[in-house]
Parts: sequence; structure tokens; C-alpha cells
Amino acid sequence: MDRVMSNKWVIAAYVLPALLLILVVVYIPIILTGYFGLHEWNGIGAMKFIGLEQYKTLIQDGKFWDSALHSFLLAVFSTLSLILYMIVAMVLASRIKGANTFRKIYLIPMLLSSVAIAQLWLKVYHPTNGILNSLLVSLGVPNPPAWLSDSSIVLYAIFIPILWQYAGFYILIYYAALKNIPETLIEAARIDGANALQIAWKIKLPLVMEVFKVTIVLAVIGSLKYFDLIYIMTGGGPNGASEVMASYMYRIAFNIYDFGYASAVGFFLLVISLVATFIIRKLTATKEKIEYA
Amino acid sequence: MVSAEGTVQQGRLRPQQEGDKKNILDRIGYLCLYLILILAAAFQIFPLVWLFFFSLKSNHEVFHLPPLALPTNPRWENYVKVWNVGKIDVYFMNSVIVTVSATVATLILGSLVTYAITRMRWRGSSFVLGLFMVAMMIPVHSTLIPLFSMYNQAGLIDRHLSLIISYIAFNMPVTIMILLGFYYALPREIEEAAVIDGCSVNRMFFRIILPMTTSVLMTTAIINMIYNWNEFIFVNTFISTNELKTLTVGVQNFIGQYMTDWGAIGATLMISVLPVLVAYLFLSDRIVEGIAAGSIKG
Repeated sequence: MDRVMSNKWVIAAYVLPALLLILVVVYIPIILTGYFGLHEWNGIGAMKFIGLEQYKTLIQDGKFWDSALHSFLLAVFSTLSLILYMIVAMVLASRIKGANTFRKIYLIPMLLSSVAIAQLWLKVYHPTNGILNSLLVSLGVPNPPAWLSDSSIVLYAIFIPILWQYAGFYILIYYAALKNIPETLIEAARIDGANALQIAWKIKLPLVMEVFKVTIVLAVIGSLKYFDLIYIMTGGGPNGASEVMASYMYRIAFNIYDFGYASAVGFFLLVISLVATFIIRKLTATKEKIEYA
Repeated sequence: MVSAEGTVQQGRLRPQQEGDKKNILDRIGYLCLYLILILAAAFQIFPLVWLFFFSLKSNHEVFHLPPLALPTNPRWENYVKVWNVGKIDVYFMNSVIVTVSATVATLILGSLVTYAITRMRWRGSSFVLGLFMVAMMIPVHSTLIPLFSMYNQAGLIDRHLSLIISYIAFNMPVTIMILLGFYYALPREIEEAAVIDGCSVNRMFFRIILPMTTSVLMTTAIINMIYNWNEFIFVNTFISTNELKTLTVGVQNFIGQYMTDWGAIGATLMISVLPVLVAYLFLSDRIVEGIAAGSIKG
């Protein structure tokens, strides 16, 4: 048995194809990104080693820091919206009829491609014929805003489709976690005279806290690398008002063809993502393990 | 316990009034919750319904009727038009080719790795698992420029292979994660019996284990397919020939050219999201389960 199950050739044959693939497609590229970031390079010609110059430029690049700020704001919005999703999940999980149907409807946007979502919301936000402004006009608002071309609101406007897209996903996760809480525990609290709010706050919430923390990491990391919708809907505009780190990197690489500098931005994005994960994990680490007993 | 008895006693004393009052309050609360849930559901699907409406309208109707008006005279020809004019059929086939081949390869390779990690004994198995899991934390964008340059040198730019390879690699971690729990749970006795009967590892894996994982493979396949079908950034970066683009990026291009024909845009988008929506209609339990399993496991 042992001899058969530790046959080196079989193990190598089973593991190596997939392992090589992620080494070549994921791990080598992240090392290369850091390395390219040390060069001046347009992607086609010869690379010229310039040391940490790109990274120095990056630190002084106001546009980059604006995009980083926007990414950070998205992360904050997304984390806050988790509270809303948690409330909906709590309602759904409290033995409501049709909870499954609601949950499935909420998930639909998550299944659509970013192009479809972006085009859809471009139409919703269309300044004259969009559904939003048509509605506002019919409600008597004389000059509704041009949502995506007003640099003071574009970031908030972009956030709504993001909220819309991921709602079902987080609700699904919370719902599953809430359904895992043993019914006896809630029954016991009810017998002790706790009302629904007390049960939600004092019993359910602490028990799904672990899952909540994991979703904070997911939401923050997701926001830091957010790209598709912004790239398609506004291209980072107007005038950089909705630029995020990933879209900034992409434009520098594939519009301006400054691969060296874009690599430095890409490497920074990687470092920030990993550091953010680490910090959130540290901040939210549980000191004592909660048991269902 | 004390309060429970108290309630019972109260109930016995004044059964009718207490019960009614509580019932009404409960019902009002219940109705409010329902209202909120329904509003949220409307918000989640409304833009899609609206999209469907304007896919059946002419520009005149879109611009001159209220946005919520039903199409007076549904123009199904919008669909026929974009299918024929917009190369949608080509994009559609490209999406099918790339999605299916990447999904099949991911499932096979993912199953092999998961089997070796969970069932076979070797040093470094937890390290290898760690490599796959950490890969999940890495932003796709940080790999984009090196991948572009590597594929360029390998002559893979403007080839579907560049997409397929990337999809396999980036979906591998989540695939392994979903399969992992299932493989751990398989009983040892199966393998012991097979080994005693003189069965080789290969035979055991392909003839016994793999067939046992059919249900979880289905779930994994659906998750992979949805991701691959909707993928944007790799196609946008690695594929420049129009004929090779997949639906997501092809649709985006087509819309770029016909920005003003809202009916055509609506029809194009509906065609691009329909396969996923139809799949969801029939397989929603599996999809929900797969997304839940793929997203969180600590």
C-alpha cells in the first residue's frame, strides 16, 4: 500500500503539469514584474537597466497616488457595504419564506461579464436617455448630474454597479455561515427572552465573525485590483477622477507603452495587496476561538 | 427557563389578546422585511430587464418613449441583425472553444494534483499545496506585462492558446480548493482494497476515484466556465485580431463601432449573457454551491 501510494514517478506525473503551469504563468511573472520595474523599456526594444529610478518616479507621481487613493476609497466603500450585505443575509437566514429564491436573484449580476455590466450601467447613467436621469427628470429634478463625466461624483457613481455586482456573492457567503449556526443555540437564547435584534447582535454576529473577517480581506483585495468596470465605463476619466491603480498600470503599459514604469506600478500593486492582506489578517486575528458549545 | 414558564402562564391567563397583538406586530415586521427583500431583488434584476426591453426597441422608441415603456412592437430583428453583422457568431464560437478547452484541462490537471496531494504520501505535498493557495492572493494585473512579453516571445500573442494557458493557471487554485475537501473525505478503504487487488495508481485514479468525483467536478466545471466565459483583461491584452476575440471583448468592440444604436447594443449584450443566464436557470443550486465553496475555506 505505502509503496504504491508513494510512487515518485506517479506523483511527479500528477503534480508537475499543474505546478509548472502556475510557476510559469503566476510566479515567474511576479518576479519578472519587479525585475522589469528596474528598467527603462517600451516593450519592444532593448531593456535599459536604471536601478530604482522607476520606483523613485512612482513615489513622486501624484497621478499614481491619486489612483491609489481611489483604490483605497473603493476598499473602504466595499468594506462598509459588507454591513449592508450582512443585514440582508441575516434577514434571509431568519426562516423567511422564499429565502432561496431571493438569494438566487441577488446573485445574478455576479454571473454577467464585466462588459455587459459596464455597458448596462453606461446606459443607466446616460445623461439624457439613461433610466436614472429620466426618472429624476420625471420626479421634477431640473438638471440631473452627468454621473460619469462629473469628476466630483464619478467615483461614487462607479461604486453603485460594483455594489450591485457583488451583493449576491457576499450575501451568499454570509447566508451559508448563518445557516451553519446550530438552531438549538438560537432557540436557547429565545427561551432566555432575547429578542430578534439581541440574537442577531449578541449570538449570530459573533459566530459568523470569522467569515466576516475573511470577506473583509476579499473585499479589500478585490478593490485594490479592481479594473474591468472602470476601464470600460470611464477609462479612468474624467481627467483621472476614477483612475485606480490597476487601470493606471494598464494605460501606462498598453496605451503609452512604458512597460518599465508600468511594471513598477504592477509590482507596487502586488506588494500593496500582500501587505494589505497581512495587515487585515493581523488586525482581525481572533484571540480566542469561538466554539459552538 | 423562568421566563419561558412566565410566557406560558401569561398565555394561559390571557390567550386571545396577547396572541393577537403579537401576531399583528410580527406580521407588520414580516411584511416590512419582505418589502425590503423584494425591493433589493428588483434592484438586482431591474437593469437586466430594462436591457432586455431596449434590445427590442428602435432608437426612436428608446429616445422618445419613457424608459420603462414596453416595446410597442418588439423588434426581434435586432437580434438577427447583430448576429449577422456583428460577427457575434465568430466571437461566440471563440468563447466556446476557449472556455471549454480551458475548463476541461483545468479539471483534469486539478484532479491529478488534488489526488496526489490528498491521497498519496510524499514530502513537500503541503508546500506545493501552499504554492497553489498563495497564488490566489496574487493580482492578475501584476502578471500582465511579463505574461504579455513571454507570450510575445513564444509566438502566442493572438493565439487562443495564450488565453487557455492563462485561464488554466489562474483557475487552478480555486479548482483545487473546491476539490480538496471532497478528496480528503474519500474513505481509505477503497484504495486499500484496490491495492490489494493489484491495481496500479493510474488505474485506481482514472477508473475508481475520478468517477466518484463526478458531482463535485460538475460544480467546479460550472464555476470555471462562468469565469472563463466572462474573462476580459487577458483577451483584451493578448488578442488583437478581431476574428480571434471572445464574446466579452468582441461585444465591447462591436458596441464601440455602433455606439448609437441602442437596440443593437441591447441585443448584443443579451446574446452575450444569455448562455450564463440559461445555465443559471437550470443549474442554480450547483452554481450557488460552487461559488460558496470556491470563495471561502479559510
